[in-house]
Amino acid sequence: MVEESGGVTKDAPKIPPFTRDQELTAFREMLLIRRFEEKAGQLYGMGVIGGFCHLYIGQEAVVVGVKMAARDGDQFTTSYRDHGHMLASGMEPKRVMAELAGRRGGYSKGKGGSMHMFSRAANFYGGHGIVGAPAPIGAGVAFANLYRGDDRVSLTFFGEGASNQGQVYEAFNMAALWKLPVVFIVENNRYAMGTEISRASAQTDFSKRGAAFAIPGKQIDGMDVRIVKAAADEAIDWCRKGNGPYLIEAQTYRYRGHSMSDPAKYRSKEEVQKMREEHDPIEQVRARLIADGVSEDELKKIDANARKIVSEAADFAVADKEPDPSELWTDVLA
Amino acid sequence: MSVNVLMPALSPTMEQGKLAKWLKSEGDEVKAGDVIAEIETDKATMEVEAVDEGVLARILVPGGTENVAVNTPIAVIAEEGESVADTADHAPMARVGEEDKAEKQAEVAAPLKPAIEVAAPAPKAPSVAEQPSATIAPEVPEGTAMISMTMREALRDAMAEEMRRDPSVFVIGEEVAEYQGAYKVTQGLLQEFGAKRVVDTPITEYGFAGVGVGAAFAGLRPIVEFMTFNFSMQAIDHIVNSAAKTLYMSGGQINCPIVFRGPNGAAARVAAQHSQDYTAWYSQVPGLIVIAPSNASDAKGLLKAAIRDNNPVVFLENEILYGKTSDVPALEDFVLPIGKARIARPGKDVTLVSFSIGMTYALHAADELAKEGIEAEVIDLRTVRPMDIATVIESVKKTGRCVAIEEGWPQCGVCAEIAMRVQQEAFDYLDAPVLRVTGKDTPMPYAANLEKLALPSAAEIVTAAKAVLYR
Ligand SMILES: Cc1ncc(C[n+]2csc(CCOP(=O)(O)OP(=O)(O)O)c2C)c(N)n1
Ligand SMILES: [Mg+2]
Repeated sequence: MVEESGGVTKDAPKIPPFTRDQELTAFREMLLIRRFEEKAGQLYGMGVIGGFCHLYIGQEAVVVGVKMAARDGDQFTTSYRDHGHMLASGMEPKRVMAELAGRRGGYSKGKGGSMHMFSRAANFYGGHGIVGAPAPIGAGVAFANLYRGDDRVSLTFFGEGASNQGQVYEAFNMAALWKLPVVFIVENNRYAMGTEISRASAQTDFSKRGAAFAIPGKQIDGMDVRIVKAAADEAIDWCRKGNGPYLIEAQTYRYRGHSMSDPAKYRSKEEVQKMREEHDPIEQVRARLIADGVSEDELKKIDANARKIVSEAADFAVADKEPDPSELWTDVLA
Repeated sequence: MSVNVLMPALSPTMEQGKLAKWLKSEGDEVKAGDVIAEIETDKATMEVEAVDEGVLARILVPGGTENVAVNTPIAVIAEEGESVADTADHAPMARVGEEDKAEKQAEVAAPLKPAIEVAAPAPKAPSVAEQPSATIAPEVPEGTAMISMTMREALRDAMAEEMRRDPSVFVIGEEVAEYQGAYKVTQGLLQEFGAKRVVDTPITEYGFAGVGVGAAFAGLRPIVEFMTFNFSMQAIDHIVNSAAKTLYMSGGQINCPIVFRGPNGAAARVAAQHSQDYTAWYSQVPGLIVIAPSNASDAKGLLKAAIRDNNPVVFLENEILYGKTSDVPALEDFVLPIGKARIARPGKDVTLVSFSIGMTYALHAADELAKEGIEAEVIDLRTVRPMDIATVIESVKKTGRCVAIEEGWPQCGVCAEIAMRVQQEAFDYLDAPVLRVTGKDTPMPYAANLEKLALPSAAEIVTAAKAVLYR
């Protein structure tokens, strides 16, 4: 389906169906992220979380679809809108929440916060506050995979706004030149802070952005978890076989403001409402599960469980202590 | 169980805001995500979304109320099935960190006033300049009429005035135009000057800094805004290699009249990658001018000077200071000299030298020292390169003691430079070694308690001042 020359495949293939189990997994994982983010927004409003806090609500299908295609050991790298990626990587909700609250039980001992979190154990390489940084870092993780000769693939996420950074193209070139096993996933949520794509990008088809380096690219509906999973399957397979990098543009949408302080004057309420009502990634799965005969009750149970995990995470975070003052001086050098 | 809706904190630095209006009324059903109210801060209008499902049972703070503190309960949402009347005596109990609990309980005990009483904002009465003052430049003639404004407004006015005066001045950067500035410093400029002169860019710092430099070589006067100086690290090559060195490399032919400006240093809780002070970095570079004002008046007069200067200027602002108000001369064209320090507070016992937000700590420390009978002379460098060391030396000759203060890291910092120059030029006058109070030698931590420890404090300055006084 993908042209070897690095051509760009545009036509969406027939949507590969999910088994009921896969639908349930996707539903559970996406709902956990949604509930987690709602709680994080609430804790921010209460002052438990400070600084910048970028919520992933609306974009859940992207990371969950990719995760469902990934193998244990594949690495994730992303930017500051990272809570969903951490949960999808299997990191513990309570330790993620504790980090958001700046508590000692957090993944970075409270020293990193929302934008800067890592877990070597979960193969999660951040959590980067600087726009564009994930692209070369993710390529570097792929470099290490190739160097060691294991067949791991580096899954590297960044925004469509970040795709205008020069370092992204430096990374593309090296990744193609050295055939690095890296899937670049552009999460095109149509806005970079208050800038709509057409005001910042001369080429708004982000799947074409690797064409100059012969990197195959695919533009997909990132609100449909099945489509994301299928595209990621193909991309990961391409990388694992030693063909070099692959580029996915997942078209998605963030419902909330860029960060918590966002006057939201750059888009209409109707636009947001329409997305929520007609394209919500979780509602799509819910509707299919109901049509498949799964009971409302069962889905409610899954939701109740997600809420329970999240409220336990919040309780843990709020009750946990701040880091010991001596931690100011630790971890500066290895 | 009913839940309280609290006045949310919507930005890292927000402490209070105006509850502009309610979009739902008592009795309305709300779903998670519904916008229930609008809040105005000094930066922007923002929406408050419901986080729980239920009925808006009571509105505790009416629309139009000013200065509502973050975390004040503003409404009660009753859950499905709960009668609205049940919430009448609902005691608000916010979940907060343990250390805040006692305080919150005290707040709960206090009767909730439905309408928070607030003083109407005082009308902006012009005052007159008095010398010396913590914020008014000595260049301002005594008796000049003054208007109080925020540093944010002063910076905006400086740009607007220079853009009116000189058509070759333009502003370029991320979110400077349609969004009105990420920190609202360019508010209104697009409306007045149009999209040709107020240019939104993609997120491409290295690229647009270079574009600015090229335009300046070709005779325009760009004001390049970095959303924050943290992102100038991507562009530092053009600032140093292209902007600073070309006049020299071209044997004096090609100058670069450009201003790189934006917030520098730590904001609040934005952690290591977004909390860095670049003063020392840029101040090392010959060919650059580096300015770091501490108040609205200096910010205005020096930004106007920077825009008119024929050299590249790195103009370091500070997010925490943006909302702070001080007196600005009501002069038609108020321009300050670059490279002149200012005595912010006269004294005879010890010299405190700082700039930008460091001045906040220094002046606070001087107040504390005064209570113990120690009269500190506080000097605001205002321009860090070229550094007006003569004013510092004059002061040290009088006091014999010096403490330098900056928010940045200690090694090879601005304080290190001050100490070097003082010992070189006033060695015989010193009665004690020069000390410094700086940001700690670590990346900025996120946790609130560690962040506090990482920043310099007035208490550390008091300790250092006493140490050089052997007290
Ligand atoms: C180099 C750099 N410049 C500017 C910023 C400030 N900033 C943070 S997020 C952002 C928008 C990024 O948009 P996009 O890449 O589309 O990701 P999204 O936020 O939509 O997920 C900007 C400008 C930054 N963090 N780093
Ligand atoms: Mg985006």
